This record gives sequence, C-alpha cells and structure tokens, in this order.
Amino acid sequence: MSKTLFDKVWDTHVIRKIEGGPDVLFIDRHLIHEVTSPVAFLGLKSRGIKVLYPERTFATADHNTPTINQHLPVADPLSANQLQALESNSNEYGISYWGLGHQKNGIVHVVGPEYGITQPGATIVCGDSHTSTHGAFGAIAFGIGTSEVEMVLATQCIMQPKPKKMRINVNGKLGVGVTPKDVALFIISQLTTSGATGYFVEYAGDVFENMTMEGRMTVCNLSIEMGARGGMIAPDETTINYVKGREFSPKGEAWDKALAYYKTLKTDPDAVFDKELTFDGSAIEPMITYGTNPGMGMGISHDIPDAAHAEGGATTYAKSLGYMGFHEGDSMIGKQVDFVFVGSCTNGRIEDFRAFTSLVKGKHKADNVTAWLVPGSHIVEAQIKEEGLLDILTEAGFELRQPGCSACLAMNDDKVPAGKYAVSTSNRNFEGRQGPGSRTMLASPLVAAAAAVTGVVTDPRTLIEELV
Amino acid sequence: MAYDKFNILKSTAVPLPIENVDTDQLIPARFLKATERVGFGDNLFRDWRYNADNTPKKDFVLNNPIYSGKILVGGKNFGSGSSREHAAWAVYDYGFRCVVSSFFADIFRNNCLNIGVLPVQVSPEFSDKVFAAIHADPKTELEVNLPEQTITLLSTGEKETFDISPYKKDNMMNGFDDIDYLQSIKSEIEEFALNLPL
Repeated sequence: MSKTLFDKVWDTHVIRKIEGGPDVLFIDRHLIHEVTSPVAFLGLKSRGIKVLYPERTFATADHNTPTINQHLPVADPLSANQLQALESNSNEYGISYWGLGHQKNGIVHVVGPEYGITQPGATIVCGDSHTSTHGAFGAIAFGIGTSEVEMVLATQCIMQPKPKKMRINVNGKLGVGVTPKDVALFIISQLTTSGATGYFVEYAGDVFENMTMEGRMTVCNLSIEMGARGGMIAPDETTINYVKGREFSPKGEAWDKALAYYKTLKTDPDAVFDKELTFDGSAIEPMITYGTNPGMGMGISHDIPDAAHAEGGATTYAKSLGYMGFHEGDSMIGKQVDFVFVGSCTNGRIEDFRAFTSLVKGKHKADNVTAWLVPGSHIVEAQIKEEGLLDILTEAGFELRQPGCSACLAMNDDKVPAGKYAVSTSNRNFEGRQGPGSRTMLASPLVAAAAAVTGVVTDPRTLIEELV
Repeated sequence: MAYDKFNILKSTAVPLPIENVDTDQLIPARFLKATERVGFGDNLFRDWRYNADNTPKKDFVLNNPIYSGKILVGGKNFGSGSSREHAAWAVYDYGFRCVVSSFFADIFRNNCLNIGVLPVQVSPEFSDKVFAAIHADPKTELEVNLPEQTITLLSTGEKETFDISPYKKDNMMNGFDDIDYLQSIKSEIEEFALNLPL
C-alpha cells in the first residue's frame, strides 16, 4: 500500500497498537531542558524507576539562562535552582548534559541538528512545542508534556493516536526579501492558528526543495503555530550533506545502513493525504503580524483587516487589536518599534544573522531601538565572528549576546517592558509573551533589520532596492 | 502523578468566552521556574487575573464571585501554543476538573488527559448554549458523565455526547497513567529497540 513519508517513519516506530486507543511509539532521540523536565525526574524517583536508555536522551539548558555574563553564577535563585536540577538529574541518570558554559550549550532545537542528534527518519521528542523544527530532516518530531517526558525517560516510548496527514505544497520563485520565515507566516495566516490541529504536515514543492536546512528548520519550527503537531520535509541531498560527518551522526557501516534508510524516506507518488493545499510562492510578501496569535499575519504592505474579514469572533478580534493598540484598516508601515529581537529556535541560526547583517551593513541602529541579537548556539556565535558579521554589526551599533531562548519567552531578564513594541524573529506574539504587557510583531530577520535601522516598521524591500 | 478518578461531575461552571486562549495566558513563562508541581493554580491566568501590582482585576471572571465551579468553559481553540504541562497543572491545581470548549489545541488536550483534567469538546452550537445559560444564570449546573460520555445542561436538559478513546476513558475513570501501561510491556520495548533502522 502506498505510504506518505509520515506513514513510513511512524509505522517503523510503532511497537503495538492499542484497540480503541493510541499507538505505542518508540522514540529514537529525546531532548530535555531545564523547564519541563524536573517534575518528570521527580516522577521517576517516586516510582523508583531508572532511565531505560540514557544514551538516547540529551540535556541542554536554554529556556531560563542569561544571555550576558554566562561565566557568572545565575543571579535569579529560582532559575539557578532549576538549572542545578537539570545538571544533578542528568548526572544521576547518566544523561549527556550541556549546561551553561559548555561548548555544546545552546537552544535545544539549534544544537540538536548541529551535533547530528537529529537524523532523517528518526522519532524525536522534547518537552517543547517547537520540537517540530527537527522535521526539516524528514524526522517525526513533536513537542510533549512533562508526563510524556517521564514516559520517555522510563520506557523510551510514548502513547499517541496517529494524527491525520496534510500536505502543503508551495511552488514558484520567492520574491526579493522573502525568506523562509515569510513563507511560514504566510501559510499560518492562510490556515489560522488552529487550521492544522490534528494533522501532521508534509511540506512539498520547489520552494522547500530549494531551501537550505536552516530555512527548512524555520518552516518546520512554525508548524505548531497553525496547530499541527509537527511538519516534515523529505530528506534529499541537501539534508544528507548537512547530516554527514556530524558528531552523533552514524559513521562507517552504520552510515551506509542509515543512508539506505534515508533514501526510502519519501512519499509514494499515489499516497493519499487527508488534506492537501497548494500555494503560489511568488505571491508571498515579507510578512508581519498585527495581532496576538501567529495566524494574525499579513503581507507588510497590506492594511490590518476589519473584523468582518478576520477569522474568529469579533470580541476576540477587538481584544487582540486593543491589546496591540492597533486599529482595523491601519497600515503596519511606520508603526512604532522599541525593541528588535533576533534569535530563538525559529530564527537563531547563521543564515538569520547573515540576512540581518546584509541589511544593516553600512547603516546604523536607530536610537529609539533596543536590539537583542542572540545566537542559537556557540557554533552560530563562532560563525558570526569568523565570517566577519560581528565587525559589521558592531560598526552599525549592534551588540551580540550569548546563546539561549532569551526574549522569545522572556523567562530570563530579556523582557520587553509593558506597552512597548518589539519586532521579533521568534515564534509567538501572544499577550505578554515577551514580558508582561509586551506587544510583539513577528517577522523575518530582514524585516527585523529594517525596523532596527529605521526605528519603525519598514518594508525591507525598500532598503534592499537602495542597496542594488 | 496520581490524580482524582473521574466519573460523574455535577457543577456550576466558569465562562471564558474568548477564542484562542493560549498557554502563555494559562500560565505565563515567568512562573515556570519551579522544580516541583505545587502552587500553579495561584498563577492560572495570572496577567488577566492580576494587575502589575498584584491587585485583582475586577473585570476578570475568576475574580467575579458570582462564578465558580469545577468546570471551565472556554472559547474555540482552547490551550493553543506551548507544550508546557504547567498550563494543565494550573487548571487542575486551581480546582477545575473539566474544561469544555468547541475546539482544543492538540498538546494541551493531551496534557489534560494525562493529568486528570477531562477535556470535553462540544459542538459550537452547544458551546453557545452553555455560555448563554451561564450568562442568564451563573448558578446553572452542568453534568459531565464520563461513563456515558455525555454533557448535560441541567437547566434545560439539553445533552450532547463527546468523544474520548476507550483507553483514555478507562485511565481517567481509574486514575491510571500511561507509564503504568508502558512499564508492563518493557520487555517488548527492549526487544523492539534491537531492530531499529537507526
């Protein structure tokens, strides 16, 4: 029977199917961080059970870490305690631990791929909804709750009903200034924040085929923002070239065996999806959000839609615009910007900093803007320095911080103050997401760069045309 | 972690007719720093419930004494966003045992089922009726019957059935969790792990 890419990977990992219940799914790789794991370890302790396969779990500290002075003790006692818990739990159960100061420390969804933990055709989970990132490699990767973290530690399995399948095709040539982030925000704006709930998505079409792994990770990362548990892209030469030779990638004979498996990982031509959508890539503009969920996005040259044309009820829509201080019919161009954040598991990779730097080169940070540039990992940080990007950024008045999740969820001190506006390359514009009362506009690194140098929301294409 | 068994729940309900209620509203990230599962109910809907100076916001439903009960009725797409189980813990710890909505986000729904909060998905029409009934009389009671998989608006007798997998239903009615099951098939898991492609 014809199978989709998703079916192939899922079915390979099903240990048993429960009548009238979920499938028991074996998990190849498990990533943990300090926030969603402590209670799982407490559960193990109270039950008196061990971690079944400690070599399949990897721990990094990222959500709750400072992005300056990482060599100093963490000042917030609650954060320090949580980081300490991750370290002691990892040590007690024999799990690889990459804490603050460790060369491999960084955002879990950035370092996983960098070190080859992420493999095509693998099942990967983490107590974080943006685990969908790893689907860029043709893995089934999704976020889980803490009860499930405990399950995976104890048994290397979780119990999930098999989701429905959706394919999203985007074909055509992307326009100038249009990045993978814009493609993802465009798709979410079309489907809404709940339009893919209950589905696992496969992204297909030449737009994704022509993307780098970094771009594919950005797209798959945002799958959860339309409600999908995850998204995936069939592995190809781009994928294999990225994976080969990384520290935890298979080597020697194991590589040959893995390669043979990778090559089976594509949707059969006559396989059937529960839902299939197709979009024209050439019609996508640089995107920006105007509301309080990621589905409330639009091309940057558009005006904020009126309630009659918006998804959802009028009360919720009015609450959202009221929170943002925006009105129906407003143009986003020229809106106030106080903070610019470049980073997160969505856009904290080297390509994102290359894009940002390309636009701010030779310009200067606007005085009214506070900019936080936070690399996703030490590898990204080193690349920024080696490629000379840091010199350009410094010249333009920007500073680079140290790796971590930072202002994406503002668990650490990187908080946008109440009422202030941030153009952010992260993934969520929920009320208070970047600090109590903060107002977030999600966008690409290029839109962030245009805002950072002009001090207001600006279409990056106007600056790119200046450059040409 | 053990939770109260769920059978039949008869209670008044707290209405929150907002769509896309996300996990950052249910429990903001700055309250995720605990290493034990205690006290999350105090921060349920923290920023909708309290001002910056920690005084209660009078217009928020949890601060309105006329509404109470063990059932929370939310708008469409309830629980979107993060995988943080803390959101479900906060709902449970506050005292809710059931959330009713016309649509749930996937991970939140799953987390609820794993910790003993019953997510009851109803039709948009039934959801509208529930909101209207509570609006008309805050003492309106709902009956959620898990064995029968029904939810009844007791003031009018209107009833709807809801879906739950037989496996999860059995777990909820007995207070079991998935680890109990998975531990029982450990040798099968170990055997399976020997023959994986990666």
